[in-house]
Amino acid sequence: MNTLSAAWDWLTSAANWSGEGGIGNRLGEHLFLTVLCLLLSCLIALPVALVLGHLGRGGALAVNISNAGRAVPTFAVLVLLLLTPVGRHGQWPTIIALVLFAVPPLLTNAYVGMRGVDRDTVRAARGMGMTGGQLLWRVEVPLALPLILTGVRVAAVQLVATATIAALAGGGGLGRIITAGFNLASTPQVVAGAVLVALFALLVEGVFETAQRLAPQWARRGAS
Amino acid sequence: MTAPPDDCLARNEWLCGEYLSTRREILLDAVLQHLQLTGVSVLLGLVLAVPLAVAARRWRGAAGPVLGVTTVLYTIPSLAMFSLLLPVYGLSAWLVIAGLVLYSLTLLVRNILAGLRAVPEETRQAARGMGYGPVRLLLAVELPLALPAAMAGLRIATVSAVSLVTIGAIVGYGGLGNLIYSGMNTYFKAQVLAASVLCVVIAVAADVLLLGVQRVLTPWLREARA
Repeated sequence: MNTLSAAWDWLTSAANWSGEGGIGNRLGEHLFLTVLCLLLSCLIALPVALVLGHLGRGGALAVNISNAGRAVPTFAVLVLLLLTPVGRHGQWPTIIALVLFAVPPLLTNAYVGMRGVDRDTVRAARGMGMTGGQLLWRVEVPLALPLILTGVRVAAVQLVATATIAALAGGGGLGRIITAGFNLASTPQVVAGAVLVALFALLVEGVFETAQRLAPQWARRGAS
Repeated sequence: MTAPPDDCLARNEWLCGEYLSTRREILLDAVLQHLQLTGVSVLLGLVLAVPLAVAARRWRGAAGPVLGVTTVLYTIPSLAMFSLLLPVYGLSAWLVIAGLVLYSLTLLVRNILAGLRAVPEETRQAARGMGYGPVRLLLAVELPLALPAAMAGLRIATVSAVSLVTIGAIVGYGGLGNLIYSGMNTYFKAQVLAASVLCVVIAVAADVLLLGVQRVLTPWLREARA
């Protein structure tokens, strides 16, 4: 109980919110990393998944990449990148590692969504004389949207987690509050940082949950 | 005075046979700790997950809260999870195990529950018609039929646990993660690469092993495929 009240004191003291290592700045870094890397990974993964799904090729790659992503430790990739020449360029090792771990869920979900579109619907669209592009944008993407969005949601939560681990390898973000707490042997600060990280992750999950609930009926199928 | 040795260790190369031969003991200890932490966590998770999933299946009211709590637990990033457990367990191996148990539990409960729910109602009625009581129905019919889904969950949980153990390095119980962490601080490339590769090897080996166990435990699926 003592630790909890000490953690609460740490969280509510104004001195811990301002400055370069303050909560406000760390929160901003975490949000910036998450949003930037989510955009980058969507730009990389979604076009590939949509094209592969439309053509019906590369299924083994799109599905297995998720399993591979799970087997490779995030921390190992972060440190490996840090020791390569990329490591000398500020935030880049963190950004690259974050994107690497956000791409698999995006790719797999979008691909599975595209292939899950009813084949009869696709044939009917073709029979109506739709071109490949029309078929993709007017039939397949709208019908695959629920799973594509599920992929974005999984990737976003994954990004928050990976950005936290990046603090172990010297990156920014809320994880730095935890690692600094460990270095100072200050359990209250460690717990306070962990509470902030957990709340941030749950908030991101909650935002996507709400967005999926508010979406029109046809876009909700994949939400569970 | 002797000149410093000019081997791959001194040149700090990524690939270094010298490292593997001179640090064999350290690597072996780290691998053993990695396996112990993973094994204990996943087994504890399994022991806790089966009754939870069965309870969630039996009482409809329990399913919502159980799934809700597991979703929340799974959303919390690993570093934060370990940190939240710090006041309870201190800097000990149990902190890492407790965190990993919570993650394994989440994956296993969801998969076992999905497997139990997929047992066809006719099968259940047929078993009841043959005079099976609720316990025998569960042990002899429902759990075996839920086995493929449960094993899929177990494989995901194990592979994730192997990867997450590395984060335990923050409290000094991270198996190969300890070597990655110290290698990062000393800029020791050969150590970081060797430990990382070993992590992936352990994950893949565990996955293949569990796939084999699944094949042995579910012979009826093999026949259906052939």
